[in-house]
Amino acid sequence: MEKMIDLNGNSYPVIPEVETIQQLLEHLGLGDRILIVEKNKEILQKDHYDAPIMDRDQIEIIHFVGGG
Amino acid sequence: MNSKYSRQELFAPIGPIGQQRIREAKVFVLGAGALGSSGAEMLVRAGVGELTIVDRDILEWTNLHRQQLYSEQDVIDQLPKAIAAESRLRAINSDVKVRGIVADVTPENVLELFEGHHFILDGTDNIETRLLANDAALQLGIPFFMGACVGSYGLTFPIGVKEGTPCLHCLLEALPPQSLTCDTVGVISPIVVTTAARQTAELLKCITGATMEPRLESVDLWTGERAAMNVQSMKKPTCPSCSDTPVYPYLSANEVIRTAVLCGRDTVQLTWPKNRQVELMPFANSIRDIVSNLKQNPYLVSCEYNDHRLVLFRDGRMLVHGTKDITAARKIVAGLLG
Repeated sequence: MEKMIDLNGNSYPVIPEVETIQQLLEHLGLGDRILIVEKNKEILQKDHYDAPIMDRDQIEIIHFVGGG
Repeated sequence: MNSKYSRQELFAPIGPIGQQRIREAKVFVLGAGALGSSGAEMLVRAGVGELTIVDRDILEWTNLHRQQLYSEQDVIDQLPKAIAAESRLRAINSDVKVRGIVADVTPENVLELFEGHHFILDGTDNIETRLLANDAALQLGIPFFMGACVGSYGLTFPIGVKEGTPCLHCLLEALPPQSLTCDTVGVISPIVVTTAARQTAELLKCITGATMEPRLESVDLWTGERAAMNVQSMKKPTCPSCSDTPVYPYLSANEVIRTAVLCGRDTVQLTWPKNRQVELMPFANSIRDIVSNLKQNPYLVSCEYNDHRLVLFRDGRMLVHGTKDITAARKIVAGLLG
């Protein structure tokens, strides 16, 4: 079943192949970025990116960029 | 009440006492590019006491769509940004003691530059300088308002605004060898103004004594995505920059890119520290669309960019041909790698 999450404030349908935070980051093309992930208001340590994504999870991702 | 600031004083969280504190503030603006221009203009209009703005660059046509302090004439005159910024900022508000300094901010001069200021606004264009500023600001005990943006995306984070909060080094752990830059993926002016506005609002809050939190925030003006996190849990007790026994690694030369002019050749060599070498393949992929004559083999990547030939070797060295100017070479590389 397709899961629906809240991703950075927008509703986002998660395709079935994406089951973990790490897979979501790769799916979003953010796999090699320096970033910080919050899942349901808790910041995830990097070794917890295998955490499963559940329906209605609130995920926030902030990635670092160089410009300015 | 000085009528120039009456509407700002009427804003209750500032009031006459807050305005007096703004008047007494000495602010350092690190970089006079897009974020630096926008933030400096707001701070000068707000009536800070003194503002120092530092930049290593001269103006180019590609700056004008987003760097709000500058005019076409400034580009024609080939003015250094710090000089054009100083002149424009003084014209905006003669109450403020404005000083523009043309300089590359390095481990050697950063403490001297920051000293004597109460707040630092980030207007730099690369993460390496941000981590340098983070270390220098922590050592001097000066709050540092980080901001960065590319494309339609920006992020902000205030550092040293409350006892025991994480610093930029806690959040980043290691310096990424490569990050997105305005030279590689472009930028639109609305995200510059939005990001600078958030930095400046936090700075004004800090000046006026508001309660501060270590909030990392991001917004993408094109997609409508936004995020805000209290990152207190990311404070690292062993952080080399903000622990009880800090060593401020970015203030020492081992953690930063080393540079040398190659004798007898019109070439600058940049050497990355061992722990953050630039990988050949990702580098080649990220620059493919913006450089010409890109060539790669297992040992190196070479290309032409802005009339310079660049060669990146597998051992973490890059040669920038066609210049003896270290600052110019660093600027070219910062544009490509962030």
